[in-house]
Amino acid sequence: MNRVALRFQELQKTGRKAFIPYIMGGDPDLPSLPGILETLVVCGADLIEIGVPFSDPLADGPLIQAAGMRALQNGSTLTKLLATIEPVATSLPVPLVFMVYYNQIVRRGLRRFMEEVKAAGGAGLIIPDLPPEAAVELRGLAAELDLSLNFLVAPTSPEERILLAVTASTGFLYTVSVKGVTGVRRGLPPELPDFIQQVKALSSRPVAVGFGIAHPEQATIISRLADGVIIGSAIVQAIGEDPGLKRMTALVKQLRAAI
Amino acid sequence: MSPIVPLDEWYFGAYGGRYVPETLMTALDELTDAYRTYAPTREFQAELDQLYRFYAGRPTPLYYADRFSRALGKGRIYFKREDLNHTGAHKINNALGQILLAKRMGKRRIIAETGAGQHGVATATVAAKFGLECVVYMGEVDMARQALNVFRMKLLGAQVRPVTSGSRTLKDATNEAIRDWVTNVDDTYYLIGSVVGPHPYPEIVRDFQAVIGRETRLQLLTLTGRLPDYVVACVGGGSNALGIFTAFLPDPGVKLIGVEAAGKGLDTEEHAASLKKGAPGVLHGAKSYLLSDPDGQIREAYSISAGLDYPGVGPEHSYLKDRGRVEYRAITDWEALEAFTSLTRTEGIIPALESAHAVAEGMKLGRQLEQDEIMVINLSGRGDKDIPTVAQLMEVNL
Repeated sequence: MNRVALRFQELQKTGRKAFIPYIMGGDPDLPSLPGILETLVVCGADLIEIGVPFSDPLADGPLIQAAGMRALQNGSTLTKLLATIEPVATSLPVPLVFMVYYNQIVRRGLRRFMEEVKAAGGAGLIIPDLPPEAAVELRGLAAELDLSLNFLVAPTSPEERILLAVTASTGFLYTVSVKGVTGVRRGLPPELPDFIQQVKALSSRPVAVGFGIAHPEQATIISRLADGVIIGSAIVQAIGEDPGLKRMTALVKQLRAAI
Repeated sequence: MSPIVPLDEWYFGAYGGRYVPETLMTALDELTDAYRTYAPTREFQAELDQLYRFYAGRPTPLYYADRFSRALGKGRIYFKREDLNHTGAHKINNALGQILLAKRMGKRRIIAETGAGQHGVATATVAAKFGLECVVYMGEVDMARQALNVFRMKLLGAQVRPVTSGSRTLKDATNEAIRDWVTNVDDTYYLIGSVVGPHPYPEIVRDFQAVIGRETRLQLLTLTGRLPDYVVACVGGGSNALGIFTAFLPDPGVKLIGVEAAGKGLDTEEHAASLKKGAPGVLHGAKSYLLSDPDGQIREAYSISAGLDYPGVGPEHSYLKDRGRVEYRAITDWEALEAFTSLTRTEGIIPALESAHAVAEGMKLGRQLEQDEIMVINLSGRGDKDIPTVAQLMEVNL
């Protein structure tokens, strides 16, 4: 069993809901990354999602776009990002999942990319622009290397597409809370609880919900419905505004307490 | 459960597909269904045909350029005059087709991306004609370069939203249009401007542009009783090229030449030759040749012509390149400018800088034509929009 699935299994035994913070790999810079990861673990992260900065992140809103640009400007390349993570990954008690756009995988070569992620201690991937149908080869490689692939479902996904993503996902099912891109939003869509319940009912995999969740009150509501809560833009914003990480630490503690 | 595999119809060989956020997958299914349902009907085709005739000005002439031909050599060179279309380029062919689809799908809001502004103008035009709300995304850099087209779109009632992310050009405008669509997918139709994007867009745009080649074939047969030896068209995303090539794909004797922008030279970093110099990757929902670095970061393309200045290319072109059916070449800024001047002086036709790339390749080929060999060059757009750029290069203050 891959490490992501294993982690959810452990959490479910204790009835704990997963807190999954997202950070942009290399923002504000790569030397800060090990410290950020350790802080997140100390503050109670159960899994960590690391964004691989990309020039054209079409699923992301302005906050993560800006963080990606900062990371690229500060020299965060895929090679350097993996090299930074490799020495710390094994000592971290939580699985690291990369959110990466598909061109970065294609350009590297599918097998080489997966082997490098594995070698760096990564536990899986989220690929926002790769539907399950187009992942035949990648799914084979992920199974071979025991890495998890975590596909997305959206409020526009009909039942058959949710089932497609359930079947293809080997870690958790990434449930997108809104029609839209990543970002910080107030409130939650009124139809979200029903949608999460529908996904839960169809899914044999753990269900984690992300996009737009920024505030502890939102996190509390989601955590009652789903197996995990993914929070990205708000954390990325806190890091961007205060590279000293005080603001991020305070936010992450609040969020952990709320889940 | 049956294996999870993509549909063959998503792909042109190894290229194409649907590499988009999950939120759009169902919308793309709906678009495919609507296209398969409505477009083949007699009623749809009749409405489109009326619009082509009385609104866009089709069929556009196939013009025998006698002075231009004689200046080059022994062959006969024809221009397909897409520059004479309403709004000044081939872009209107696709915009009209897609707006009929949007209307039948009950969408009330149209979004589009634009680089040079030609597709934005065409979209704003058809949205005005059909009384639909229109939002056009345009990179800030392109807005400064093409101020006239920005104003035209505003006059037509469109909202032009400046895009400040990334390189602030066409690729970023496309990202932003996709983000808008993800957010407003229920009531919004994304009217994409070239043979790019996720399935079914490359197919839809090609089909609406294929009128260019159908007319050309018939016109040339009527005029000369034979098919051309060469068909030449410029390639940015590649819609005018597929528009004219498609009708000739089954004819092995017709050599098809696609012309990319070599910018300051293929041996520099400043060009837009995705097919000549790129590698397969994924951009804007499709797998195709594109310009990216070894880490997969998309590179900024460069060309004097804003309409060719795109780091990707339509997936069907990648397929045709690999199959060897179309030969792709590249023309530099300066070669395009020379052709721009030459056509203007010999025929009194001012081409768009995009089309001037096809003209330049046509001039190279034209010198090698045998007696009575025929070449058709797709003159995809007129050069009015480029006058300020050319004046600036000639150091003339307007």
